[in-house]
Amino acid sequence: MNIQKIVDSLRQKHPLQMIGAELDAVDPSVEVKPDSVAGICRTLKDDPQFCFDTLHCISAVDYCEPDEKKAAKVDWQPHIEVLYHISSIRHRHRIVIRVRLPRWKDGIEGRLPELPSVSGVWRTADWHEREVYDLSGVEFIGHPDLRRILCADDWLGHPLRKDYTQPHEYHGINTR
Amino acid sequence: MNSDRSNHELVDVGVHSDELLVNMGPQHPSTHGVLRLLLKTDGEIITNVDPVIGYLHRCAEKIGENLLPRQWIPYTDRLDYLSAMNMNLGWSLTVERFLDVQVSDKTKHLRIIMAELGRIASHLVAAGCYGLDLGSFTPFLYTFRERERILDLFEAACGSRMTCSYIVPGGVIADLPEGWLEQCEAFLDQFDPVINELHAVLTSNEIFVRRTAGVGVLSREAAIDYACSGPVLRGSGVDWDLRRDGQPPYTDMYDGYKFEIIVETGGSYPSDHDYPAVPRSAVLGDSWHRFYVRMLEVVQSMDIIRQAIVRYRSAEDPIGKPIKIREKLPVGECYLETEAPKGQMGFMVVGNGTATPWRVRARSSCFVNLAILGELCKGCLIADIPAIVGSLDIVLGEIDR
Repeated sequence: MNIQKIVDSLRQKHPLQMIGAELDAVDPSVEVKPDSVAGICRTLKDDPQFCFDTLHCISAVDYCEPDEKKAAKVDWQPHIEVLYHISSIRHRHRIVIRVRLPRWKDGIEGRLPELPSVSGVWRTADWHEREVYDLSGVEFIGHPDLRRILCADDWLGHPLRKDYTQPHEYHGINTR
Repeated sequence: MNSDRSNHELVDVGVHSDELLVNMGPQHPSTHGVLRLLLKTDGEIITNVDPVIGYLHRCAEKIGENLLPRQWIPYTDRLDYLSAMNMNLGWSLTVERFLDVQVSDKTKHLRIIMAELGRIASHLVAAGCYGLDLGSFTPFLYTFRERERILDLFEAACGSRMTCSYIVPGGVIADLPEGWLEQCEAFLDQFDPVINELHAVLTSNEIFVRRTAGVGVLSREAAIDYACSGPVLRGSGVDWDLRRDGQPPYTDMYDGYKFEIIVETGGSYPSDHDYPAVPRSAVLGDSWHRFYVRMLEVVQSMDIIRQAIVRYRSAEDPIGKPIKIREKLPVGECYLETEAPKGQMGFMVVGNGTATPWRVRARSSCFVNLAILGELCKGCLIADIPAIVGSLDIVLGEIDR
């Protein structure tokens, strides 16, 4: 199934949840509303015409420029993007699902933005979501066991955030 | 008791012991690096396994945000340090795809030689260490002796044995030295008969078969649901290999090459050789099959290298030069997976118009493959844990990044 057909068909099924599509990019992607991501993924996996049986990767990209001079030049507002790279072994097609989140929930610094978990759709999502939570600070609602995976359980902050500052010490160990 | 392992079932007589929490690792020899496993056991039987990872976390992705793509190459060496060539290749192809850089045919053949040598080296370590895990010391000596010859070839080509940094975006750092191809051919010729020895000491060894056949069975459906890849996926009977099924910049390299994907069809594997047949006690998707797929892939890689050497010799275009160190990246992102020895290794680069990536992402195949461990180990014996962990062939440098 070519990418245009996938997007058209998806738009028919979820007209209100689709925000946009970038089909000319290196990796064609569709942007969906954050709260609908689990439902759309469910459709993409279960509907036989899509059959996206494999979730390759969930990655978060933090768009935030801590340097004020550089921040004045960028053409985006601070936000976090979460990308889901999925493909189908049966139909041999692939697509990227893109979700745009605020950097902090309700704009209050320290409250992590929320996204429904897709670990019920693809079981591989479990560890990917833990990693995104750990390193980029996104809370996955409905995840069975959301805790840090690469950093220590009591680590402070989310290292892949652009405004992250490394703690000076960890349990008396100098980290610099 | 039935001696056939696949029919071996633990009889539940309703008697349970107290739940015992056993800590295994992170310095346990058969966890293949700094992997820690928290086992919950009922007597000898595992009720739950919780892998604890992150002991080797070096913030590779964060470091990538502060370096130019070519400067990040040495960091890819240290992801899967047992097959650095394949890591270099994955990252280089991702950057090339993002910049829309084409490389010459000769470069492609050269890269294939290196990537497939890397695959053989990685599978040799997997097979040798797997033997060690199961109490057999000889195969370890055999495989490391052969791997040493591959590392010598790498050293002759780029000056480094394990952390090669040889393949870079745009090409390779230097063409092969004189006489290298002859050395490589000599290696392949002397390696051919050694594979039979490995099959004799491992594949058809009665103890080895009993320890692996029917142990840690991963169904086809679970393998796909958990996005397993590489020999773990193919060992479960899924006909999927990115060298054939991947995306253009990677599959282009293998255009015109003859090779068959190693996957079981109708009870047997594609092979022109007289290797041991699948034992009757083996079940598709068990540890034995994962091991066997690797062993056959070694032979497949040797065949691909022989083809690549012929093509490399006849190619007349020059070897690709590395891209400019400060080459500006476009705005947007690019993700590409390649078939690394241990599974599908994905790299993503996000550009914002400057030469430094805004974000770098490494999707580790071992990270994903390890996630099924809990599922595979439920209900098995403690002694089977090394057999299952070893069959997944993980490397912690790649998992923890």
